Amino acid sequence: MALVLAPEVPLRDWLEDLDAVSERSPGFFTGRPIIADVSSLKPSKSELKFLLAAFKMRNIRIIGLEGAAPENVDAEMPPQINGGKPAGDIDVPDAANAAVAAASAPFADAPVPEKSLLIEGSVRSGQSILHPEGDVTVLGSVASGSEIVAGGSIHIYGSLRGRAIAGCTGNGKARIFCRKFEAELIAIDGLYKTADDLGGKFLGQPVQVNLDGDSIILKTLD
Amino acid sequence: MAKVLVVTSGKGGVGKTTSSAALGAALAHGGEKVVVIDFDVGLRNLDLVMGAERRVVFDLINVVQGDAKLNQALIRDKRMENLSLLPASQTRDKDALTEEGVARVLNELREKFDWIICDSPAGIERGATMAMRHADVAVVVTNPEVSSVRDSDRIIGLLDSKTELAEKGGRIEKHLLLTRYDPARAERGEMLKVDDVLEILSIPLIGIIPESEEVLRASNVGSPVTLNNPASAPGRAYFDAVRRLKGETVELTIPTDKKGLFGKLFGRRAA
Repeated sequence: MALVLAPEVPLRDWLEDLDAVSERSPGFFTGRPIIADVSSLKPSKSELKFLLAAFKMRNIRIIGLEGAAPENVDAEMPPQINGGKPAGDIDVPDAANAAVAAASAPFADAPVPEKSLLIEGSVRSGQSILHPEGDVTVLGSVASGSEIVAGGSIHIYGSLRGRAIAGCTGNGKARIFCRKFEAELIAIDGLYKTADDLGGKFLGQPVQVNLDGDSIILKTLD
Repeated sequence: MAKVLVVTSGKGGVGKTTSSAALGAALAHGGEKVVVIDFDVGLRNLDLVMGAERRVVFDLINVVQGDAKLNQALIRDKRMENLSLLPASQTRDKDALTEEGVARVLNELREKFDWIICDSPAGIERGATMAMRHADVAVVVTNPEVSSVRDSDRIIGLLDSKTELAEKGGRIEKHLLLTRYDPARAERGEMLKVDDVLEILSIPLIGIIPESEEVLRASNVGSPVTLNNPASAPGRAYFDAVRRLKGETVELTIPTDKKGLFGKLFGRRAA
């Protein structure tokens, strides 16, 4: 799922609004795939270049353009994406551009290089480790009443007795690994299961948790 | 070099005050100068357990707020001259403890004593955080049951993050003291086993204090169990804990009260 930004005229005011948004919630745009919908702007080639430079300056990663006239898009710019809607003034999308868009689609969801967090000891009851930027590795145990919230996967070399919430920024590929599974709650990409839902089958075992479509799958690691 | 030791647990009723008094008396028995401070402002008990309730004039809050001098508030134990008590106030509440005031009192005490034992109140609020704030060593008192173990875990987390030592990047020395342990009930699975508690808390164990009526008897006469009956099972367990606290390696056993034939016969009938 990509976020769509639709710049409007006057562009200067719109960019100011954008800055206000990123100031209110820092990191809102980092790591998110973003498409720029310029169909209401109808920019010339130099205007489009200026707009892309303005995004780059704000660390906003544009993975695709929507609604730009193909003659204004050159090879250095993000590919055209038309998401099934009419792409601006052109009825028939340019074949070459469509191919580029299709080819880059699998990369659209690829996150930016992740930062991982290493916790040398144990996470004690009442502690909450929040790390939306990437993976979390815990060398000790995660106690009952504590929680780990990670944007990526969670690796626990001791026992998992608390909560592990992986892929919290919408990463369904995130996984949870632990040497001894006694979790109170596990979640990946917003889907969760409590200890009650899971029963006693995996209790005390080394386990990995991943997401298959809309269901949480547990497997023993041995 | 004086050591500030906090006796803490999170949960109430696990034996912090009993242990503070017993450890204090056992340390003093070895010839060291010891002061035990009651941080349970508003619900003080340490003075009762140490038999000094009739001698309290000034208290910790008076000293913290500068209304009394430290020497006026310190109560020297009648049985051991190198053991002192700094009582809490019963009429005030924990908000009267200021961080600067507590730091000043502790610094003054560091010059006079070898061990400063801070008896923490239950909970994780101001009284408890003030008691642990300036500590070098912590004794975490835990009963072998799940709620006590989880609360202790929470306290260990706070010891690693909210103490002055931890904030400076250091690591506070933590020891586990398992109290009210009943070997027979643990065997029947009615209590957590020692290994289970150690696995969850993963800090070194300095002693297992068996559940014993000696503890209650000592409290009722206002004497630390290590003074009242050093030969009793809990008395011996506290003495062993103190040796481990000082860095000695002592084989860990669970002391039991030896019952004579007579005791066995009648003990069983009573049960």
